[in-house]
Amino acid sequence: MTDNTTNAAVTHRHDWSSDRFQGNLARRRRGEKILAGLGLGAIALAFLMLAILLWTLISGGAQAFRQTHVAIEVPISAELVDPADPSEGNYRNVVRDAMQATFPDAEPSELRALSGILSNAAQFVIRDKVVADPSLIGQTVSINVPASDPYDQLQKGNVDTDSDESTRRLNDAEIAAFQQLQDQGRITMPVNWALLANADSRFPELAGLKGAIIGSAYALLVCFLISFPLGIGAAIYLEEFAPKNRLSDIIEVNINNLAAVPSVVFGLLALAVFLGWFGMPRSAPLVGGLTLALMTLPTIIIATRNALKAVPPSIREAALGVGASRQQVVFGHVLPLAMPGILTGTIIGLAQALGETAPLLLIGMNAFVTAAPSTPLDAATALPTQIFIWADSPERGFVSRTSAAILVLLGFLVMMNAVAIFLRNRFERNW
Amino acid sequence: MTGIAFAMLLTAALAGYMLNRRAALALRDGGQRLHSLGMFHGLYAALAVLVPAVIVTLLWVALQTPVINALVMAGLPAGSLDGADAGARQLVQAEIQSIAGGRVFGTPEAWKLEAAERLNALHATSGWLLLLAVAAVIAGALLVTRRSVAAQFRARQAVERIIMGLLIACSVVAIFVTVGIVLSLVFESIRFFQMVPITEFLFGTSWEPQIPIRADQIAAEGAFGWIPVLLGTLVITFVAIFIAVPVGLMSAIYLNEFASPRFRAIAKPVLEILAGIPTVVYGFFAILTVAPAIRAWGAALGIPVAPNTALAAGGVMAIMLIPFISSFADDALSAVPRSLRDGSMALGATRSETVLKVLFPAAIPGIVGGVLLAISRAIGETMIVVMAAGLIAKMTINPLDSVTTVTVQIVTLLIGDTAFDSPKTLAAFALGLMLFIVTLMINIVALRVVRKYRELYD
Repeated sequence: MTDNTTNAAVTHRHDWSSDRFQGNLARRRRGEKILAGLGLGAIALAFLMLAILLWTLISGGAQAFRQTHVAIEVPISAELVDPADPSEGNYRNVVRDAMQATFPDAEPSELRALSGILSNAAQFVIRDKVVADPSLIGQTVSINVPASDPYDQLQKGNVDTDSDESTRRLNDAEIAAFQQLQDQGRITMPVNWALLANADSRFPELAGLKGAIIGSAYALLVCFLISFPLGIGAAIYLEEFAPKNRLSDIIEVNINNLAAVPSVVFGLLALAVFLGWFGMPRSAPLVGGLTLALMTLPTIIIATRNALKAVPPSIREAALGVGASRQQVVFGHVLPLAMPGILTGTIIGLAQALGETAPLLLIGMNAFVTAAPSTPLDAATALPTQIFIWADSPERGFVSRTSAAILVLLGFLVMMNAVAIFLRNRFERNW
Repeated sequence: MTGIAFAMLLTAALAGYMLNRRAALALRDGGQRLHSLGMFHGLYAALAVLVPAVIVTLLWVALQTPVINALVMAGLPAGSLDGADAGARQLVQAEIQSIAGGRVFGTPEAWKLEAAERLNALHATSGWLLLLAVAAVIAGALLVTRRSVAAQFRARQAVERIIMGLLIACSVVAIFVTVGIVLSLVFESIRFFQMVPITEFLFGTSWEPQIPIRADQIAAEGAFGWIPVLLGTLVITFVAIFIAVPVGLMSAIYLNEFASPRFRAIAKPVLEILAGIPTVVYGFFAILTVAPAIRAWGAALGIPVAPNTALAAGGVMAIMLIPFISSFADDALSAVPRSLRDGSMALGATRSETVLKVLFPAAIPGIVGGVLLAISRAIGETMIVVMAAGLIAKMTINPLDSVTTVTVQIVTLLIGDTAFDSPKTLAAFALGLMLFIVTLMINIVALRVVRKYRELYD
């Protein structure tokens, strides 16, 4: 009897179909589902954030790739522009005359406000035309110039015309005047090449990224020229030649830590050493490039070491076996084989440097510069610092331009990373 | 002049290579057995020219501006700088430089024009001297190397010694960078602590760097206690880590355990995109989208929300950190030996039980290392907080309030301010020193944890 009861208890404990075990199993399977669900939710959240970010930028920036232009006929009277000295004419009044011709009913007192429809650049466009061809004086020329920012926003539908007049930048009369221009078919919205072809400006309709792109290009060039040879040299020494001693250990730890130093600290270093001690010029892409080079150096060293490590020892032994010296092995065989990996790492490091902002702010690459730099020693901005400046600007037109500038920056980053991925897939070998 | 100097030394190096190679080959053709190939004789000459000449040129270019400026300032007529402090001296120097560059504003005093002329003359002289020095170095190197060509000369060994020296120099640069960071931060911080006592900086609870520029100006007294700034940094870091760690961990667990290979192949690179987006973009995203959204929620719920909340800055920073933590956790989970996983599965544990009770505890050191590195990143992150966080230091831990961070203060104190002697500017370096020390300590601990853990299972 006693045997029987123990047997029954044992079978009961192992009866998988009993409610207790089924419940247990269901609970465990539920736990499985919950964890998977949480994980999927986390990834979905991250994707959602990326989607919102990109959508914000694209929907906001798309507007900036078009710019409202006004086509207008400008009578150039000899009274305002002296044929003997066309560059010194009163072009402000020339624009005023043009507005009078376009709006024959307008009172003289309204012309000032009407001239405001055109960008501030209108008078300079006319001046350049007349200086290039003085025979235009006394004739009427047609020009197609950007509209100023408030009207650009109106054309793009960013102004609520039904709202209280005092809360808008344009009053009803101004909107009516612009409406009149629209009815005359003078308003067009061509592609905004000025965004890439112009340098920075106080006026959103004229502001462009040329200076920033060239500044960034100079800085990256300097960064590459310094960090690439230095990084490869350091990596070759550490990976192939360095004896296992204290100094090598210190260098190794040091490089790993350098990779994790906050970027703003590099800015402080540049400010104190390059600007303070060596007296290099402020805001110069050369100094920016030097600073970025110091930051990129650890990235390139680490990437190069990994690429060198990936080359199998058999290559080295074969070369040594036929009598090559250790340096001939490295420079003749290992380095060429590791080159695709090194280039991939370098491009990724440069892409990081292109997006770096904080150190450039500290060395003054957030200056307001209205001309593109012609040498790496001229004052300039870089793409990320230009984005920072525009994000700080109060004009409505700069909001969409900031998004557009970010899209341009992201475009460059995507291109660089695409090249890196292409190199990796095309040339990197698995031994 | 620098351009000409570089062109000169490149041609000289090329010429040295050709000359010595030809000389060596001539020896061989004359029937002697060369120890090294002719190429190495050539390379030896080229390197012997390049290395010293480049060093001379770079040193010259780096040092000429400070030396010339010091000479010009020292040569100003007596009395013209009387009573001027360092800031005024810098202004005078800048004015002289702009006059020398041809940009004259107004009518400067005669002695400034004279100084500008002298500056230009000194620059011209320096350029010629540089050319002369480079030419002398080149000529010397060419002569010495040309005489070294001989059948017995071990040119390959000589070349390899030079190259090895160059490689060592390259790897020492990294140490110089660290030394440079430490020296510049410490040097400027010491000057700061001479003006503001170190105890006040470390333990003061009020941060108001606005100091009066003129004696009669009405401005805050100026207080440099970094505690509220540190507190603000910690609040934002906490918000970021509080959001990023669970999300990053969960996504790593899913990718590692549950995802199909195809999903993983797509999801992982997409997550990495988040890590590659420049921080200035995140900053813009924070002010354009996240901060208004948080304000709207706050208004809807009737909670007072500051315009620049710590929540907005920290939340956006969390987005940036998610892929960072996720990839660290993923690596740590993958590094757990297969035998542990298989053993757990063989005992009948479900996947989730395996992850939570076996893999996760085994991977904890790696994950902790990753989280520590993420914390150090959040503390040092600059652009997001510069754009999205506040400027005024408050003693608060409310994430809906506006706080400021160490990096924000560094940037705002230094933007557009070049005077190197005001406590305002120097305070930025003291903050930078603290930032460097804190992040360095976290990094060292994190790297050690990660490394030790890897060795455990390898």
